[in-house]
Amino acid sequence: MIPILRVAGHILVSVQTELGDDVVETFQDAVLMAIHNDRGRTDGVVIDITALEVVDTYVARVLADTAAMAKLMGRQTVVVGMRPDVAFTLVQMGFTLPEVHTALNIDDGIAWLDALHTPGTTRAQRVGPLDAPRSEPDTNR
Amino acid sequence: MTAAALSHTVTLSCQDDVATARRLARSIALELGFDAFAATAVTTATSELARNVVVHGGGGFMGVEMVRDAGRVGLALTFHDEGPGIENLERALQGGYSTRRSLGLGLSGSRRLVDSFDIDTAPGAGTRIRIVKWKRR
Repeated sequence: MIPILRVAGHILVSVQTELGDDVVETFQDAVLMAIHNDRGRTDGVVIDITALEVVDTYVARVLADTAAMAKLMGRQTVVVGMRPDVAFTLVQMGFTLPEVHTALNIDDGIAWLDALHTPGTTRAQRVGPLDAPRSEPDTNR
Repeated sequence: MTAAALSHTVTLSCQDDVATARRLARSIALELGFDAFAATAVTTATSELARNVVVHGGGGFMGVEMVRDAGRVGLALTFHDEGPGIENLERALQGGYSTRRSLGLGLSGSRRLVDSFDIDTAPGAGTRIRIVKWKRR
C-alpha cells in the first residue's frame, strides 16, 4: 500500500518501500487517483524519497514518468529528500533528471509548489480545508 | 589480485532477486568498511546489472567475492546470463541506447560507478560482466 497524505493543500507521497516492477503501477495509480479524487482541492504533488537508499535509473525513470503523468493532469510534482550519495551516484551515471523539479526537504518542496500558484497564499488558505479526512486509501475506483 | 574465502552466489530470475542482490551488495560493502558514496555506487551498479540479467538475459546469477590487492580490499561482482547477448556493445556502452525502456543508461552508467568493468558478450552467447569496486583509503 502506498500511503498518501494531504499536507498544506498538496498531496504528499512518501516512498517507503523499494519500487520494484510490482509496486510501480500501484504507486503511479495511487498518485494519479489521488489527484483525480481531490477534484482541484490540492495544488501539487510532493514525492518524498528520504527513505530510498538506492535510486537506480529504473526508479529515477519511474519518478520522472509519474511527474509527467501528473503534469498531463495539470499538477506539478516536486521530488524531495534525495540523499547526498544518491545524488552523487545519479550524476556519475549521467542521469540528472532535468525534467523533474527537486527540493531539499518537504518544507522547501511545498514552498516551491505554493509559489507556482498565488504567491503568498496556500491552496489551503484559498479553498479551505478538505471537506473530509482522506488519509484512508481511496476505494472508489 | 586474490579472491578471499567470502563468496556468494545469488540466483537472478525475478524482480525480488534483483532486490536481494542489491541488499547483499550493500551489506557486504558496508561490512568491508566502504563509505556511503562508494557503497551506494556499487549497490546502484548491482541494481542495474542484476536487472539487465533478469530483463534482457532471461535470468542468470550473480557471483560475489571479496578481493584484496596490495593491501586494498574490494568487492567483485560477476553477472552471468545465457540470454541473447549484446549485439552492439560499443553503442550500448555509450549510453542512451536501449532496446527496452529505461535501460539506456544502465550499462554505461554502471561502468562509471565502479573501478573496473569487464564485459564478455556476443550475439547468442549470453553476457558475463565483472565489476570491481575498491574501498577508498
